[in-house]
Amino acid sequence: MRRPGLFHCNGESAMKTLLSVKDLKIDFDQGKRFVRALHGVNLDVAKGEVLGVVGESGCGKSITWLAALGLLGSRARISGSVQLNGDEIAGIDENALSRLRGGRIAMIFQDPSSSLNPVHRIGRQINEALKLHRGLTGAAANAEAARLLDRVGIANATRRLREYPHEMSGGMNQRIMIAMALAGEPELLIADEPTTALDATIQAQILDLLTELRRDTGMALVLISHDLGVVADMSDRVAVMYGGRVIEQADTGTLFENPAHPYTKGLIAALPDIDGPRRRLESIPGTVPAPDRLPPGCSFAPRCAIASGECDVAMPDFLPFGNGDNHFAACVKCRQEEAPVEAAPAAKVKRVLVPA
Amino acid sequence: MTDLLRVRDLKRHYEVHIPEGLFGRKASLKAVDGVSFAIEAGKTLGLVGESGCGKSTTAKLVLGLIPATSGTVEFAGTPVTAKHDAHWRALRRRMQMIYQDPLGALDRRLPVVTQIGEPFEIHNPEMSAAERTERASGLMDAVGLRPDQAMRYPHELSGGQRQRVVIARALALEPDLLVCDEPVSALDVSIQAQVLNLLDDLRERTGFAALFISHDLKVVRQMSDRVAVMYLGRIVEAGLPEDVFLRPQHPYTKALVSAIPTPARRGKRERIVLEGDPPSPVDVPSGCAFHTRCPIAQSSCRNEVPQLVSSGGHAVACHLVNDGAAAVVQAAE
Amino acid sequence: MVQYLLMKIFRALVTVTLIVSAAFVVLRLSGDPAIIILGPEAPPEAFEAFRRNWGLDQPIWVQYLKYFAAVFQGDLGVSMRDGRTALEVVSERIPLTLAITLPALLLKLCIGLPAGVTAALYRNSWVDRLIMMLSVAGFTVPSFVLGLVLAMVFAVWLGWLPSGGSDTWAHAVLPTVTMGLVGAAVIARFTRSAMLEVLGQPYIRTASAKGLLWRDVVRNHALPNAAIPTLTIIGFLVGSLVAGAVVVESVFSWPGVGRLLVNAVANRDLAVVQVILLLVGLTMVGANLAVDILYGIVDPRLRIKRLKAGS
Repeated sequence: MRRPGLFHCNGESAMKTLLSVKDLKIDFDQGKRFVRALHGVNLDVAKGEVLGVVGESGCGKSITWLAALGLLGSRARISGSVQLNGDEIAGIDENALSRLRGGRIAMIFQDPSSSLNPVHRIGRQINEALKLHRGLTGAAANAEAARLLDRVGIANATRRLREYPHEMSGGMNQRIMIAMALAGEPELLIADEPTTALDATIQAQILDLLTELRRDTGMALVLISHDLGVVADMSDRVAVMYGGRVIEQADTGTLFENPAHPYTKGLIAALPDIDGPRRRLESIPGTVPAPDRLPPGCSFAPRCAIASGECDVAMPDFLPFGNGDNHFAACVKCRQEEAPVEAAPAAKVKRVLVPA
Repeated sequence: MTDLLRVRDLKRHYEVHIPEGLFGRKASLKAVDGVSFAIEAGKTLGLVGESGCGKSTTAKLVLGLIPATSGTVEFAGTPVTAKHDAHWRALRRRMQMIYQDPLGALDRRLPVVTQIGEPFEIHNPEMSAAERTERASGLMDAVGLRPDQAMRYPHELSGGQRQRVVIARALALEPDLLVCDEPVSALDVSIQAQVLNLLDDLRERTGFAALFISHDLKVVRQMSDRVAVMYLGRIVEAGLPEDVFLRPQHPYTKALVSAIPTPARRGKRERIVLEGDPPSPVDVPSGCAFHTRCPIAQSSCRNEVPQLVSSGGHAVACHLVNDGAAAVVQAAE
Repeated sequence: MVQYLLMKIFRALVTVTLIVSAAFVVLRLSGDPAIIILGPEAPPEAFEAFRRNWGLDQPIWVQYLKYFAAVFQGDLGVSMRDGRTALEVVSERIPLTLAITLPALLLKLCIGLPAGVTAALYRNSWVDRLIMMLSVAGFTVPSFVLGLVLAMVFAVWLGWLPSGGSDTWAHAVLPTVTMGLVGAAVIARFTRSAMLEVLGQPYIRTASAKGLLWRDVVRNHALPNAAIPTLTIIGFLVGSLVAGAVVVESVFSWPGVGRLLVNAVANRDLAVVQVILLLVGLTMVGANLAVDILYGIVDPRLRIKRLKAGS
């Protein structure tokens, strides 16, 4: 069930905010220098809502959350604030952070079959989480593990506990990952491309499962995907990322009906439809710039059909857009031309566009 | 219009050994189990299905890269076999393939312009090196690559650029048929759109026919004149994209179509969720391969393999649909 | 599984047969034992008598068949030098060789394994670079060079340890250390690769995301997986316990099996050489077989192969 527009980003409902990421920056140590991969990301997740984070490869949608959980390793330098229910968790000591992981915030990943330890039985892997976060051992743990497997739709749960990951399909492994994530009874589940490696019909099963679990437990969900359709289908609110920044954010319906940022518009227009008349796809020319070679000003400007000189000056501020009070975009020009813009024919574009 | 490619009852079975118990058992992996279709010159047939349905194997059979267990493939009237003789090599000029992983399809050690010119080296040995380079440059231009990228190596280009190189090379000899096996699956959405538009433009310009294979129904709908849906080695539904995707008749197609999340259909549709995982191609269920997961399966579905029956260009392999239709026809008479 | 094992055992036996056969032929074609043992000045009748005595006057294939017939009856030949059975001559040396190879194996594992794991955990740090540098030095330097250098430093210059012979336990130190260091270098390198490979796997990230402390992730998830490929190399080392000390024993005049082999070859003491080769072949092949079986036990992916069908 979606409740669009119920949770706001402004200060009044701050207590409804579960997780708040402010000005998160990440620099990676490349040996001789540091490369900035995330340039000050601000995102909030309210209790029980589904936040969709969408973007193409290299936009930073995954590392944002890996950084929040401290899973990026020693090569990453993180600055900024991450608050869980008002408590700061960025930069806290490792012991405290590891108690959070799997406990209050759980994360599942893209390739379920490789994300489970191949030499441990399923039961052991789930029990590990149960012991860590709920102190369960022995028969009590096994019983709970079986209940969790059952909850995620795996038949013959008790038998499955004794099996190994390679004995089961990708879809089942993802269910097991979800069961493991639920073991700690998290308030927030971060799902990083959870269905990308799965077939369409299995994807539908997993997404349905996530919806059902959310309804039952009331946990919030951050759904990261490059697939606009998945994000549109599942999310209450969507954040679009590009070049290590959030460039647009809105309630799902608003974003797809009235996108503000040219990149968002381009992404939506580039997606082929299954219904409606067949139309030529509108492609965004050029490619994503490398993180160490970002243009000055707006990082999307070189590929943008409506960009002009002022776009090169500085990175645009993330300001409200349109009528709704939940819609923000980091674009200078989009407010000047609030009518939807068709993709400009090549002749109008001022820059030399590099084909991908 | 004469058919450029005609495939009849194509089968490809692999004899495998399954480790089970003490000694294991022999089984037959039915990768492709009786597939028939035709592609007219200049038209595109889209083949969709999930993993294990046999679409990639079909592609290899069509090109004669692997031998068929039974059935025939006919290209422009002549049979295509997997025997790598002169006839097969001559066919290579007219049938080309592009793949999902462009990096794997390109040689790491040769600059891209050389690789684009390679088909000329093989099939037109009398062409001079200068002429080859000229033709290759022309092709690069046609696919939207810059001249200064000619001497680059594949790993120096982006995914989309590499795929363009592969397309340029495939089109060098102006083939009549292009087989595309998941050509855009590994690309980001915006690059995907660029490459699809490119293929569209090239097709308009040179008029090649295509077999377009993908697991992504939206992409297949975009690129195809006709589509066929595969499940466990058989075609279960075929027809125009509008018919198959908007008015699906086969229960599997219905589930597949309802499983696609698209922004345009948010919250408006009922999702049919299939139970369990698809069976393995080693243990294909008897009768209709889909009956184990079908929400409306009957006893006849377990016993008889449904035939692909066409009405008005829309073909379905389902007892309930076809027998039901027959019953309606009878009642109307 | 049974079939698999039988096949492996059969192949093992074939391998051993081939080893011994090869040695058999080569030894006989490369020099006349009669001349070497009796000396070149002995009269021709003595040579004749010697050859007749040892059956060397018969064609090679006859000797070959006779040899294998004898082996199956448990008769492994008699030492030409010594007069005792070859088996006796060799067996009395085995404990001496094990006295240095077993401690050396322990040294290799105790230094090599932790070094490799540490290098992997602190990848690209100075610790890693140091360990890898030492490791490369260790396995590029030939063991006899290392042995001689150590002998020079500790026996000649410092006089702490004796440089040759086998009288006291102190004599065992230098040979053991020489072999241990070289082996440790190889193991460190190998273990580091195996560990790095495992640390890059997605399930390590899952384990961290579950909330495990890093040391528990390493202990419970990384090490068990890294241990599997490491088994192969340990198997190899175990297989070479008996005959891996040839060079070192020669350098330090340690009277073990290796030294015996060198002498026996020089003297064309055929029976002894063949017994040693048989022994080496059997231990190597046996160790490999043990590793194969262990793999099947330790890696569930090999043990349980079921089709990935649905629930």
